Amino acid sequence: MEPINVVEGPVSVLDRIDVDTDQIMPKQFLKRVERSGFGQYLFFDWAKEPGWDLPKNPILVTGRNFGCGSSREHAPWGLEDYGFKAIVAPSYADIFYSNCTKIGLLPVVLPEEQVKAVMAAGEARIDLEAQTVTAGGESCPFEIDQETKRRLLNGLDDIGVTLLQDDALAAYEQGRERQGPVTTGLLQ
Amino acid sequence: MPKTLFDKIWEAHEVAEGLLYIDLHLVHEVTSPQAFESLRLAGRKVRRPDRTLATADHNVPTDGSTSLPMVSDPLSRKQIATLEQNCEEFGVPVYSIGSARQGIVHVIGPEIGVTQPGMTIVCGDSHTSTHGAFGALAFGIGTSEVEHVLATQTLQQRKPKSMRIRYEGELGPGVTAKDLILGTIGRMGVDGGVGYVIEYAGPAIEALSMEGRMTVCNMTIEGGGRAGMIAPDETTFEWVRGREAAPEDFDAAVAGWRELYTEDGAEFDREIVIDASEISPQVSWGTNPAMVTDVTSAVPEPAGEGDARALEYMGLEAGTPIEEIRLDRVFIGSCTNARIGDLREAAEVIRGHKVASTVNAMVVPGSAQVKAQAESEGLDEVFRAAGFDWRSAGCSMCLGMNPDTLDPGERCASTSNRNFEGRQGRGGRTHLVSPRMAAAAAIEGRFVDIRNWS
Repeated sequence: MEPINVVEGPVSVLDRIDVDTDQIMPKQFLKRVERSGFGQYLFFDWAKEPGWDLPKNPILVTGRNFGCGSSREHAPWGLEDYGFKAIVAPSYADIFYSNCTKIGLLPVVLPEEQVKAVMAAGEARIDLEAQTVTAGGESCPFEIDQETKRRLLNGLDDIGVTLLQDDALAAYEQGRERQGPVTTGLLQ
Repeated sequence: MPKTLFDKIWEAHEVAEGLLYIDLHLVHEVTSPQAFESLRLAGRKVRRPDRTLATADHNVPTDGSTSLPMVSDPLSRKQIATLEQNCEEFGVPVYSIGSARQGIVHVIGPEIGVTQPGMTIVCGDSHTSTHGAFGALAFGIGTSEVEHVLATQTLQQRKPKSMRIRYEGELGPGVTAKDLILGTIGRMGVDGGVGYVIEYAGPAIEALSMEGRMTVCNMTIEGGGRAGMIAPDETTFEWVRGREAAPEDFDAAVAGWRELYTEDGAEFDREIVIDASEISPQVSWGTNPAMVTDVTSAVPEPAGEGDARALEYMGLEAGTPIEEIRLDRVFIGSCTNARIGDLREAAEVIRGHKVASTVNAMVVPGSAQVKAQAESEGLDEVFRAAGFDWRSAGCSMCLGMNPDTLDPGERCASTSNRNFEGRQGRGGRTHLVSPRMAAAAAIEGRFVDIRNWS
C-alpha cells in the first residue's frame, strides 16, 4: 500500500444516497481473478445514462451510506484504478469503509452540510495528518481511527503489522484452542 | 458488569487489543483469488487450513453441470478452477462443483455443522451475518481481509457498537421470518444498522426455526448492520446435534453454549422494540431492501431522496395496489431462503396448483444436500408438476453471476436479499418476498396476500 497524506485537486460529484457496490462494480466484472484494471468498468450501467459526468479527479464527493450492499473489494479497486485517491461522504457502509482503508483509498466522513459545501466548491484539499478538509476557503476537521490513520500515513502492510504480534497469537492458540470444528477432518 | 452475548464472544476472541481471533474462515471463488495470489507473492502460507473451508457457489451453473469442463462461461470456469488450484496448493478443504457437499457457502456451513455457537466466523461475503443465527459472531469481509485471515487467522477490528432489536408479540399466521426482517429494515432504513452488531431477541425470535433465524440474521447487512446474532437455545442445539462436525462430547459443548446469552441489565448502545404481531407479509417496491411495504398496501408516493428514481427504474406508479403488480419471473433460492424448510413451505403452497402461463418460475436449492433431501421428500415432483424449473445448487439469480439472469424490464418475485438496480440482470426488476409469497405469486401471476389465499 502506498503511503497517503495530502490529497488535493478538483472533485467529482455523485450526488446520490445509498449507492450500492453492485452499481459501483457490477457482478459481471467480478469473474476476473486479477486485482488491477477495474477502473474501466466503474459504474458500468450508470455511466451509460444521459448526463452522466464523473471526471477522473483525485476526490469523489457523494451521498450518505456510500458503498452499501455486497462486500466486494472490486468496488474500491475500481474507484482507485479510475483515479480517485479519497472519497468524501456523510457516511459509508461498514465493510466498504474498511475495504477502502486496506488499499489506501482514503474515506473521509464529513457532516452532510459540509459535504454539500465541498460539492459546491468544486475542489478540495484533504490533509490526513491534520485531519482537515479545506474547500471554498473553509477548513473543517474530520475524525478517523488513529491506528487506521497511522497505517494509511505510513503505507503499512496489515499482515506484517499483525505478525509482529506472533507471540501473542501463538500463546492464544495454545491457551484457548477449540476442540473443533476441524474442517480438514471432514468427509470429502 | 452484566455482559451481552456479543461482549462474551468478543472478549473470548481478543488476542490483543484490536486483534480478533477467527474460528472459522469460509471461502468462495469470487473474493478469494486475489487473496491467494498475494499470499503466494509474499511467500506466505495459510496459517490454519483446518479452520478454513471453501466451496464454489457464485459462478456455478444450475443446469446440473457436475464438473468444470461442463461450465460453458470461460471466465466462470477459470474462477472455479482457480479456487480448486488454490485450495490444493494451500491445503484448504474445498467442496467444488460436482461435490455432494457443494452449495451456497452460508447454507453448507450450518448444514455440515461447522457453524456453532460462540464462534467467530468470517467470509468474503456480506451475507456471512447468516451464521449469527447460531449465537456466533459472523460478518463479511473484503478480499484484503480474506488474505489477512488466511495468513494470520485474525482480523484487525475495532469493537463495533451494540444494538438489540426486541420483538414483542408473535408473528401472525402466514407471516414468516422473511417478512419480519423486511419489515424491520423498512422501519430502520437501509443504513439504520451501520456500525452496530445487532442481537435479535424476544418471543417471536425464540419461536423461529433455525432456518427462520438464519433468514433474519442473513439480511442484517441489508439494514447496514455489521453482524446479526441470536442467543442459542434448545432449537439451536438440536440443529447442531448429530451433524458431521458437531462436537464429540456434545453435552459438554452444550453446557458451554448455555452461557451464551445477554445477562439481565447488560447495556446496549441502542435498543429498539418492534411489535411482531403488526408485521404483514412484505413486498419490496423499490431498489433497496428498505423500500418495502405490506402486501395489502399500495406503491407509496415518493417521499425520500431516491424514491422517484426507484419507481422509475421499477416501472411502477405510486398508488398501484401491490396485489395488482403482475410478474414475469419467480425465483425461489439464495442464502436467504433456499434451505429445506424454505422449500417445504413453498411446496406446501403450490401443491396441486399450476404456475400461471405468463410466469417463468424456478427453484434453486441452497446446496447439493438440500437438493437431495428435497428430492427424497418428493418436493422436486411437487415443483415440477406445478411447472417450476427444478435446478441445481448455487447462488444463481440472487446476483446473476451464472447464466440465470433477468432480461431488461422483466419483473421478478424473488426470495433473495437485494433488489438493487440490475442485481438479477441489467434492467431487471426485483421484488423481495418470502418463499410462501413467491410461491403464491407464481400461481397467480401477481402478488397475493398469502393469509387469504388458498
